[in-house]
Amino acid sequence: MYSFEPSDEQKMLIDAVSRFAASDLRPAAHDAEEAKELPLKLINKGWELGVLQASIPEAYGGFGDRSAVTGILAAEELAYGDLAGALAIGAPGLFAMTILLAGSEEQKKKYLLPVIEAAWSPYTAALIEPAFNFDPNDLKTVAKTKGGDYFLDGEKTYVPYALQAETMVVFASLDGRTRGFLLPKGTPGVIIAAERQKLLGLNAIPFYAVKLEGVKLGSESLLPGDFSPILASSRVALASMAIGVAKAAFEYSRDYAKERDVFGVKVAQKQAIAFMLAEMATEIEAARLLVWEAAWMIDAGKEDAARQAYLALTGASDMVMMVTDRAVQILGGHGYIREHPVELWMRNGRGFPMFTGLAMV
Amino acid sequence: MIEFEAPKPIANQAFVLKTVAEEMMRSKSRYFDEHEHEIPYDYIEFMHTVKRATGAGSLVPKEEKKEEDPNKPKHAPIGYQMLASIAEMLAWGDVGMYLCTPGGLLGAAAVQAAGTPEQRQKFLSRFVGDKPVFDAMCMTEAGAGSDTSAIRTTAVLDKDKNEWALNGEKIFVTAGDKSLTPNEKFDKGFIVVWATIDPKAGRAGMRAFVVEAGTPGVRVEKLEHKLGIRCSDTATIVLQDARVPFDSILGSPTVETDSAKGFKGAMATFDATRPLVAAGGIGVARAALDFVKEKLAESGVEIRYGLPRQKMTNIEREVIDMEIMLRSAWLLIIKAVWMADNKKSNALEASMSKVKAGDVGTRITQKAVELMGPLGYSRDFLLEKWFRDAKITDIYEGTGQINRLVVARQILDYHSAELR
Repeated sequence: MYSFEPSDEQKMLIDAVSRFAASDLRPAAHDAEEAKELPLKLINKGWELGVLQASIPEAYGGFGDRSAVTGILAAEELAYGDLAGALAIGAPGLFAMTILLAGSEEQKKKYLLPVIEAAWSPYTAALIEPAFNFDPNDLKTVAKTKGGDYFLDGEKTYVPYALQAETMVVFASLDGRTRGFLLPKGTPGVIIAAERQKLLGLNAIPFYAVKLEGVKLGSESLLPGDFSPILASSRVALASMAIGVAKAAFEYSRDYAKERDVFGVKVAQKQAIAFMLAEMATEIEAARLLVWEAAWMIDAGKEDAARQAYLALTGASDMVMMVTDRAVQILGGHGYIREHPVELWMRNGRGFPMFTGLAMV
Repeated sequence: MIEFEAPKPIANQAFVLKTVAEEMMRSKSRYFDEHEHEIPYDYIEFMHTVKRATGAGSLVPKEEKKEEDPNKPKHAPIGYQMLASIAEMLAWGDVGMYLCTPGGLLGAAAVQAAGTPEQRQKFLSRFVGDKPVFDAMCMTEAGAGSDTSAIRTTAVLDKDKNEWALNGEKIFVTAGDKSLTPNEKFDKGFIVVWATIDPKAGRAGMRAFVVEAGTPGVRVEKLEHKLGIRCSDTATIVLQDARVPFDSILGSPTVETDSAKGFKGAMATFDATRPLVAAGGIGVARAALDFVKEKLAESGVEIRYGLPRQKMTNIEREVIDMEIMLRSAWLLIIKAVWMADNKKSNALEASMSKVKAGDVGTRITQKAVELMGPLGYSRDFLLEKWFRDAKITDIYEGTGQINRLVVARQILDYHSAELR
């Protein structure tokens, strides 16, 4: 059957997450971006909502089962509050979800519990590489086998909390296929740039460039599972966050247009603006359904789930750019001023095609 | 629970519908495109037989069977979801022929949405008779297109005879000819005419009337020659002192009553029909995209899914974008009809689905013709026809702009005086 109604349990979670997003994340977003730092207290409060914990089975310290649908519903709400906040709260998930999806039983038992039990702590994953034609399925970071060990060489970029993280997963090409490797802090040959990276948006999160020079890892470091479900997970997570950012921008510009006077009426009473808003609302809903379907396909184990996740993120990336750009346009000069949040959403919105690997559900 | 699995009855008939689309529709598409106003009797008679058995093709869902055993699990209603799927699949075959499907078109949809149980019984039961029956909705006039408050056709109550006298001229009536003109192969049809019972009252005076074929004073004046959907007749209908019984009026007969019961009540027809019309448009778009993919495959061009845009060829990017547009437009439709089936108010979603389908249908077919180059522009293939057929989706059942207006008013919480 078709159904567009979340379960009661999902509604309860969405409700809690959306209240946190509106009352905590959103009010902190502007200052966090300007100060280039999110308060740890805020991140921890978001962590305590238990979105990640609820996706990890009890055997590994969590209290639920992984559901991509539940994950994306929560991710949209968090990103509606603030994308940087959403990505920061979810950063340990980059590590934990990768292990859950691709790790061996032994790796899951060893690594998941410490992440899940504790307060929020910096764990991360390194996927993106500094090249215009970066392709997660065709990495330039290479792993070679030699005498039962792996040797990794390459460069990673946009690695959140790389400097702080206890352990991270690093992705490299092994025999032409993308694979995950466990990389403990302090492994020789890993060079993490001391200076944080400066990006168009997401300045509240510390991102680092990471170099791998002949990094030697034991055979137990390799995650045995496929990369495809990891990539699909990241794509639906990001796509749903794009919906959240777009929804924030749509609502803000709609409310502004209903307040602002022009030629004796409200701006929103002009069809030029009203039609822009109608199209924004329509495209947001269309993209949202595409993401929901992709997440449902992942949960249902459908063969085409990975392709659908790819289509969902591609569509949502275009949509969020269109919507956030229009939100700035509707506010006019005010939209260009950093006192209003729409310019930040426009900067964040541009990044979705490049963010693969920065969120997971 | 959020779910995207097509209900079993819908999935089960997909194969049958595809066969109908390929065998009965595609094979005749070009012929009926080139022989405008010829009637596709084979298709009509076949669909009538199917319709009697299954309810397929109509714009009005089959009455849901009442569950007699209270212990049996209740089945969620899927009537409109079924209709949308049928519309999409048959329009994939040929949207012009799909519009010739007998057994409940827009007129019947209006009766279904705004009629009393007695009216439904009286006017809708004929669709399962021995012969096919057609019906039509008469809204547009020469001076009243999107602005239905400008409708000048009048309905005056003759109290002595207890009947309405209708006067005016309606244009762009889909299937108007098949609904009114006597034809030995069809049973008697009807049209639903929009008229004002008080020209000074504007929208509040607007009502819909069922007019039976054969009513004196009603005649088909002209058939239009169109860009596309040429298999579907588009008629001009003149009403000159056309008399219909008092109970032919849908909804309330008085102007004073709550407007929700009059104009707005009957406008609710659109909440049901817009997603179905949108579904037809999406069927055409899918036909075009399938053609493009087939031709690319024949030429050994593979679409590599999963690549970042920077690594794609232009044609890969175009095809992938078309797929995204097509699928997301379809999901908007499914959500709108799912809401209709579950008795949730869907005015916003219905109009959104129509906005998106109008955009997507035209863009995909235009792009497909371009991508196929000389093949796209040639009448050796149906692609150029689909390009012509698709455009109507953005025009009928509320233009893209009218539907944007409907969406805008809802998201802004404005009534019509605040956002004109």
